[in-house]
Amino acid sequence: MTKVLAVDDSASMRQMVSFTLKGAGYDVVEAKDGVEALAIAKTSNFNLVVTDVNMPNMDGISLIRELRALPDYKFTPMLMLTTESGTDKKSEGKAAGATGWIVKPFNPDQLLATIKRVIG
Amino acid sequence: MSIDLTQFQQTFFEESMEGLDDMEANLLQLEVGAVDNEQINSIFRAAHSIKGGSATFGFDQIAGFTHVLETLLDEMREGQRDVTTDAVDVLLQSVDILRSMINAIQNSSTYDEDRAADIQSRLESILHNGSQTSDVSTATESVEKNSNQGIGWKISFTPHASMMQTGNDTVRIFRELEEYGELKAVVNTNDIPDFSEYIPEDSYLSWELTLLTQADRTVISDVFAWVEDECELSIEPIIDESRVTEKASPPEPVTTTQATNSSQKVTSVPASEAKTNATKSNTTKASESASIRVGIDKVDALINMVGELVITQSMLNQFAESEEVTAAQIEQLKNGLGQLERNTRELQESVMSIRMLPISFIFSRFPRMVHDLSSKLSKQVELVMSGEGTELDKTVMEKIGDPMVHLVRNAIDHGIETPEQRAEKGKPAIGKVNLNAFHQGGNIVIEIKDDGAGLDKDRLLSKAREKGLVREDETLSEEQIYQLIFNPGFSTASVVSDVSGRGVGMDVVKKNIISLGGSIDIESKLEKGTTFRVRLPLTLAILDGQTVKVGDEVYIIPLVSIMESIQIKQDMVRQVGGDMEVFKLRDEYLPIIRLHQVFEINRAVEEFENGLLVVVEGSGQRVGLFVDELLGQQQVVIKSLDTNFKKMAGISGATILGDGSVAIIIDIPGMVNLASIQNRDVKRAIA
Repeated sequence: MTKVLAVDDSASMRQMVSFTLKGAGYDVVEAKDGVEALAIAKTSNFNLVVTDVNMPNMDGISLIRELRALPDYKFTPMLMLTTESGTDKKSEGKAAGATGWIVKPFNPDQLLATIKRVIG
Repeated sequence: MSIDLTQFQQTFFEESMEGLDDMEANLLQLEVGAVDNEQINSIFRAAHSIKGGSATFGFDQIAGFTHVLETLLDEMREGQRDVTTDAVDVLLQSVDILRSMINAIQNSSTYDEDRAADIQSRLESILHNGSQTSDVSTATESVEKNSNQGIGWKISFTPHASMMQTGNDTVRIFRELEEYGELKAVVNTNDIPDFSEYIPEDSYLSWELTLLTQADRTVISDVFAWVEDECELSIEPIIDESRVTEKASPPEPVTTTQATNSSQKVTSVPASEAKTNATKSNTTKASESASIRVGIDKVDALINMVGELVITQSMLNQFAESEEVTAAQIEQLKNGLGQLERNTRELQESVMSIRMLPISFIFSRFPRMVHDLSSKLSKQVELVMSGEGTELDKTVMEKIGDPMVHLVRNAIDHGIETPEQRAEKGKPAIGKVNLNAFHQGGNIVIEIKDDGAGLDKDRLLSKAREKGLVREDETLSEEQIYQLIFNPGFSTASVVSDVSGRGVGMDVVKKNIISLGGSIDIESKLEKGTTFRVRLPLTLAILDGQTVKVGDEVYIIPLVSIMESIQIKQDMVRQVGGDMEVFKLRDEYLPIIRLHQVFEINRAVEEFENGLLVVVEGSGQRVGLFVDELLGQQQVVIKSLDTNFKKMAGISGATILGDGSVAIIIDIPGMVNLASIQNRDVKRAIA
């Protein structure tokens, strides 16, 4: 089963992402910030990471950079949730090793369509 | 598939409200000291989350509003804009607007749209004012270049060596392209190095793709959006109408890949599940107010206590089984019972503590209030809080909130002077309001202290005389004079402001505190400041009571309301207004209430010489309750009469005594009110 790590400090967004992906048959684990996500990622192997950018403790870009440095996550797709205004963030994220991004606001269908681009 | 987004709304509301609280708290601190980056960051994050959520869940008005807010905060965060008091002020008001917007959606009511528009335009004017005027000229590329005039696109795609290392995969890109039309891919393997130099993680291939499609260029380039910086890419229209020539330039086409069709079927969420979750939001809201959050440590302590109780019980059980009881066993039995008593008391304490919450729940609203008030009144006020962790019962907490607000408001409005006045008096320009909470005995004490003007005794007294609240010849103690401010319709403020000063409220404050079984007293020094001290029972479920005997019945009088108990003689009592009895205690005439008459008890003591008069105070009035005798003092658990029977005037509840009998708890303010109509007649009769 495809395992997805969903990272967002906002509970509602996390729930939405998680609910959508679970409904599509993915196995989803949630984390509320980069620090928690990194710890979880080290204990188990995920096929995809979907992370918010702005988070306390460790932001999404740092998380991607940290994960990319781990042998297990060298090729793992990592998507960041950005806002339309975040052109800088996109290139910053790419430089850190992000696979791509999903622009907020998005609906569940858009989320699934985007995720299909990287796994499956 | 479609997912009902309303099921996430409740969570969104909750987290947004929490985010707004954080924002507010951080904004208030921002103003005081030097600009802290982490503070601005967390303010920004809160706004950012609300914006993201509101846009996702379809609350466009909130999203629109927070967008402006976020832009401003972003500039502050990046250091492009100074944090001015003006900006902080607008930001705080934005927090209010967002709260009211969220509330309006939750309760399907309305909010002040004019004010929201006003604040939004103020935010915008701050944004356009000064530094950045980042006009977003939407980079409209020429439409012709983007629209598809041919029959498809010829794409030359050369990934950089490291492209795969960001998790992108050419096969997936091709698969996506294929969804738009017929795709042919020709691979170029020329760049594959010798085996000795080959790095397996790098990408060495390049492709020439032809895609027969009606899709526009933007659609196609979007597919490559994630890798556009990691590859060489050119997208040219295929104009040739007849056919797509395959005279591809790369030598020796090794393979012609036709990516496998992989339209993944996605299982849709069962509609029923989505529905049940959607309806949930209504029910959770109703139950919210009745729930309580309890720290896990308290629950653990409780479980631990129950465990000990079980041990004690099994220990005591042994004695029931033994046929003969030895002296040693009796000793053990006594120990066991002692242990049981200890267990019970501890259990009671820890159950009570579950209802206890730190007073910071109330205190937390004051920094904002003080900030707003002081700027409104052009005063400078510093708020110092201590003892925020002091716990008290949730019910008491809910009821003491408003009186506290009133007292703090009063301290700033009436207590603290303007900076000019303070300068004249040689005081520091910034006034100080202290909030302090601590436990004392079975009570919680909350102090509201200001270093303002203090209460003017003479002015209070002359005003009271003017209003006929105090007779000309009456002399009052300092404390009694201060207590005058709790009289309905009493205000000494020369100018009535819209903050306070209408004299409405202080009487309500006192009434609320009394109804909680508490008290309020005042200490004041002219030009030095005033301290209001509110004393409240820690809980409403347990009461310190004085048991009294009337005939064969036992009644309980709340200990807090008892002033003194005295024995009087018949000749000290005067009969007025028919059958009303009054008694002169020092300078005051007190009505006497014979409890045996009120409750129609036979065989009670009738002569004053043989009984006792318990002087109690309730609703600011004193009365003497005549009883047979005083029994003892004990803590009693209050059982509500309202829920078990019906509401009775003069009775606040009942309790079960140690011997199993029921005792009525007397509601002193109620009892005083029963007598007060007669009492007014009494006063007139004496005067």
